[in-house]
Amino acid sequence: MKTDQTKTKLRIEQLSKTFNNEVNALQNVSLEVETKEVVVIVGPSGSGKSTLLRSINALEIPDSGSIYLGDELIHMDPKHIRLVRERIGMVFQQFNLFPHLTALQNIILAPTRVKHIRKSQAEERAHDLLRTVGLTDKAKSYPGQLSGGQKQRIAIARALAMDPEVMLFDEPTSALDPEMIKEVLDVMVHLAKNEGMTMIVVSHEMGFARAAADRVIFMDKGQIIETAPPQELFNNPKEERTKRFLNHIL
Amino acid sequence: MASLGDLKPSKKIVPFVNESTLVPVKSNKQILWAWRISLCCALALIVLLPILSPDPYARILRVLPDGILNTFLVTICSMALALIIGVLTGLGQITTFTPVRILCTTYVEIVRGIPLLIQLFYIYYALGKFVALPAMISAIIAMAVCYGAYISEIFRSGMQSIPKGQMEASMALGLSRSQSIIYVILPQTFRIVLPPIGNEFIALLKDSSLVSILAISDLSRRGREFAAATFTHFETYTMIALIYLAITLVMSKGVAYFEERTNYYEN
Repeated sequence: MKTDQTKTKLRIEQLSKTFNNEVNALQNVSLEVETKEVVVIVGPSGSGKSTLLRSINALEIPDSGSIYLGDELIHMDPKHIRLVRERIGMVFQQFNLFPHLTALQNIILAPTRVKHIRKSQAEERAHDLLRTVGLTDKAKSYPGQLSGGQKQRIAIARALAMDPEVMLFDEPTSALDPEMIKEVLDVMVHLAKNEGMTMIVVSHEMGFARAAADRVIFMDKGQIIETAPPQELFNNPKEERTKRFLNHIL
Repeated sequence: MASLGDLKPSKKIVPFVNESTLVPVKSNKQILWAWRISLCCALALIVLLPILSPDPYARILRVLPDGILNTFLVTICSMALALIIGVLTGLGQITTFTPVRILCTTYVEIVRGIPLLIQLFYIYYALGKFVALPAMISAIIAMAVCYGAYISEIFRSGMQSIPKGQMEASMALGLSRSQSIIYVILPQTFRIVLPPIGNEFIALLKDSSLVSILAISDLSRRGREFAAATFTHFETYTMIALIYLAITLVMSKGVAYFEERTNYYEN
């Protein structure tokens, strides 16, 4: 047990997950994330980094281990999971915007239906968020009318509309054309630096990691191999596996 | 999570199977022209035959209107009921509650394996042994139960064709599973399934001619009575075929409209 519980936003203890007849996706992974900390997770595909991220808001149910949000243990029953999900925002690789709703309707759906905030109030907040992500003029656009980068920025605004304590990003720029990556990363850097958001980001964007990350975690085969500040991990990795991986992607 | 697994990620596209009529979408010139020609011919014959040869064509036309009304009555009532059954059992087929899921799937399986004609007989004559229902009510129930099963399948595959990420995104925002289905999955499903549902509507209208066997005075029945009384089988059935054709052609244009509209918000 840590003594300064107040600063720890998220604590993951001994998390394990095995998929049907597959290798271990997660093997006894433990991780603590402090309030306002930005953690970037890198690793080869199949290393379990997405599974770890998706376990935090129970999109994957771990086989064993425990997750604490603040001081509160997350119980894996549907009611409690819902309450926890309200407090954790998530941004997906494929955006997953609701195509039948406009950008504005995408953003206000959860606040009005889950938190029962009045529509006018939710819309006001949505317009503020659209300003944050630089898309004030796209409120009435449908996702199909937006570029990939714009979609992902709307998806970020949608997650922020629930006023989450932690934001999870699952490869947010992997599905984007190169020229659109920056506009999304800019929003994420703004969140990290100016809004002090606690963020866990699965991404290979070194630029983002260097600019905003407090810590970079290297995962391989369902385990955390190495954890260090970005400069240190990218420039002087200690572990052999980390070095090999970095050689591949740099 | 386990419950999400039931909405499987599926590459399946809901098939716009044209079991009933070819759908005259604007992108298919060939079908569009075939549609125009058929409709023009049908309408021209319906108008010209009675003018050129009033006996028996004009006489036939006079006995048919209430038959047409009955055909529409059976079709619309059955379709409305079938839609309700279809949506409910479609949802039942994807629920996480196993007994309901099995029950709904079994219903679909049983009904789809029995010819509609036998189902009509079964509800009117066989079950008539226990509860005698008026022919019209029996007919509507039988058609609705039968088409409900087909529509159920359309809804089930429609819902399962919505990408898994939609359910995940919705639940990650804190919506419950049922909220996610109501606000995220169903609205998208309705748009996808409109064309195949429209096709079912057309198929149902054509199959409604079967209810004439239960002594319901629909379009087919009125025709058969007239033909038998006047020995004008060729003329009567020509007229009846033309009227069915004209109605289904107009309806297939409606389906084409929905089909062209469905994808407007997608890339």
